[in-house]
Amino acid sequence: MGEYLLELQDLKTYFKVKAGKVRAVDGVSFAIKPGEKLGVVGESGCGKSVTALSIMRLLPHPPAENAGGSVLFEDQDLLDLPESAMRKIRGGKIGMIFQDPMTCLNPTMTVGKQIGEALGIHLNLSKDEGLKRAAALLEQVGIPAAAERINSYPHQFSGGMRQRVMIAIALACNPKLLIADEPTTALDVTVQAQILELINGVCSDFGTAVMLITHDLGVVAGMTDRVVVMYAGKVVETAPTDELFVNPSHPYTLGLLASVPRLDEERHSQLKTIEGAPPDLLKPPPGCPFMPRCAFARAICRTMPPLDPVAGNAAHFKACWVDVNDPNEQAYAERRRQARIDKMLAATNGKAATTLTASEEK
Amino acid sequence: MADTLVASKTLVDVRELKMHFPLTRGIVLQRVVGYVRAVDGISFSIERGQTLGLVGESGSGKTTIGRTIVRLYKPTAGQILFDGKDLAALSGEELRQERRRVQMIFQDPYASLNPRYTIGSLIAEPMHIFKVASRAEIRERTAELLRVVGLRPEYIDRYPHEFSGGQRQRIAVARALSINPEFVIADEPVSALDVSIRAQVLNLLQRLQQQFNLTYLFVSHDLSVVRHVADRIAVMYLGKIVELSDRDELYVAPKHPYTKALLSAVPIPDPQVERRRQRIILSGDLPSPINMPDGCRFHPRCPMAQNICHEIEPVFEAKEGREHYAACHFSERVTPPIE
Repeated sequence: MGEYLLELQDLKTYFKVKAGKVRAVDGVSFAIKPGEKLGVVGESGCGKSVTALSIMRLLPHPPAENAGGSVLFEDQDLLDLPESAMRKIRGGKIGMIFQDPMTCLNPTMTVGKQIGEALGIHLNLSKDEGLKRAAALLEQVGIPAAAERINSYPHQFSGGMRQRVMIAIALACNPKLLIADEPTTALDVTVQAQILELINGVCSDFGTAVMLITHDLGVVAGMTDRVVVMYAGKVVETAPTDELFVNPSHPYTLGLLASVPRLDEERHSQLKTIEGAPPDLLKPPPGCPFMPRCAFARAICRTMPPLDPVAGNAAHFKACWVDVNDPNEQAYAERRRQARIDKMLAATNGKAATTLTASEEK
Repeated sequence: MADTLVASKTLVDVRELKMHFPLTRGIVLQRVVGYVRAVDGISFSIERGQTLGLVGESGSGKTTIGRTIVRLYKPTAGQILFDGKDLAALSGEELRQERRRVQMIFQDPYASLNPRYTIGSLIAEPMHIFKVASRAEIRERTAELLRVVGLRPEYIDRYPHEFSGGQRQRIAVARALSINPEFVIADEPVSALDVSIRAQVLNLLQRLQQQFNLTYLFVSHDLSVVRHVADRIAVMYLGKIVELSDRDELYVAPKHPYTKALLSAVPIPDPQVERRRQRIILSGDLPSPINMPDGCRFHPRCPMAQNICHEIEPVFEAKEGREHYAACHFSERVTPPIE
């Protein structure tokens, strides 16, 4: 077996729609070592969930189509496996947790049965053994009075408890890899802290590798060893977590970090923003997809930059032509950003203020 | 600020507001079997031109407060003094006229804009309802409003589906501003948006506040966002405000264990800070607002709870510090969350 547990090579997943092809995942490569915790960050529509669903082969074909690349799991290409073998992997060697625990559990089955179902299929446990194991699992994920709770239905649990049940199902068969797709987005902050702690603890105990998909940079900072930043279906930067936050090297990562207000820092009167919106993946712009919003952009950006190593850290890669730490480049970007803001303010301020007061008098 | 407080500076003054929703059993003969005490005796005030941030978890009653103030609900008890007039006691035409001055922005810009209307007619609707000007003038002003919120006036005849989430929220802001309100209630205005878009909308709201001297009630579950926009912050738990103070003081010197736990639960985008931090992980979930716990509402989850907390509900009172209120028996023992 190679060094990696899971290795994506140039994965491409497109959706065929009437208007053309949506390039949701467009040449994504990254790898996860056994036991490693990898964070995948990006905004909605950047392809992070589609990447996860492509790994699990859970997308309906059509409209989805695999347009190239491979997903090597334990040196086996999951995309070539027959469906029967894939079913053994799903829930067996790879577990998955979804965003919304309200819709992912079957409302007509007790939670004990739902956990036992996975055990029955993958480990050939009998019903009774399955239920016993289910109770043990529920206890492990911190549900009090687990032996009685296995006979409860999902609606009798709160959101946080349901997410715990989902985790119990995903971990039932001791998977090698846990894919968690925005596991705490639907939960409150205090419950989010509980669930993250749980995932962290349980996966460290079992030596399970985690692929944590999230849009929250704070969650990534506390939970992961390495981060992949995605934008418009492509990986734009990847680095060990500490390195990424200390030395972000892609303008998009820089922008993301600057646009979140932080609790532990001085409050600024204005947040730095990334102007504009992500591109339409039906007609992605030629070259770097971030170029239209990028203050550092220049002519060369019309060609897509490769994912190249960043000087100083062998594990740090970025897809950008510009060295964002160069003071000249920074000054250039600052000038462009200021010009953009001035232009916007000129368009919105001036005349508008007068008309508002005028109509007030009527 | 607070030192020069004069009565007329206060725009909104909510006193002992209660909003209880009845729970009924039976289909034909409905009988009331209990109440959901969504908002249970809340008082706060907001000065003109300021922003009050209202934070709390889902189910704490923060959205209900917003909706009760615009009188989408008839409150069970209490007063909502808006510029001296009690909105809770008004009805009919009088209420309608006061409502002009209070507008609301909702969380989900996909649900709050009618897909069958052009954005121009959506923004103009409040102006037509209140007949502020002639048709042509309204159209002109609608185009202006689009420009004010950072959209191109040419978009006036497009439909909501042609816009992204951030743009839609800008449209919702334009609609709220169309009849020159003084007070805007923003109910989780950026929660449905992506991080990079969130900052744009927050900056827009701040710019508009200065430009038009607006007063905001900013409802959110996100403490870092609230810290960014609010002057004062109220923390809610299960239908009550547990702490109310100036923004900076709340973060540096919280006086309620719930506030402290909330602050410590917010992830900070910096791995080194994350490793050093002490997390207070609260056990369990929010209790049901139908069967409230006795004594302090927070005691079943509170890491500092003593016997007295099981029996006596703490009074919401002024504590040490500037205009700092909290409801906790042991507020002086709460230590700062971030060193």
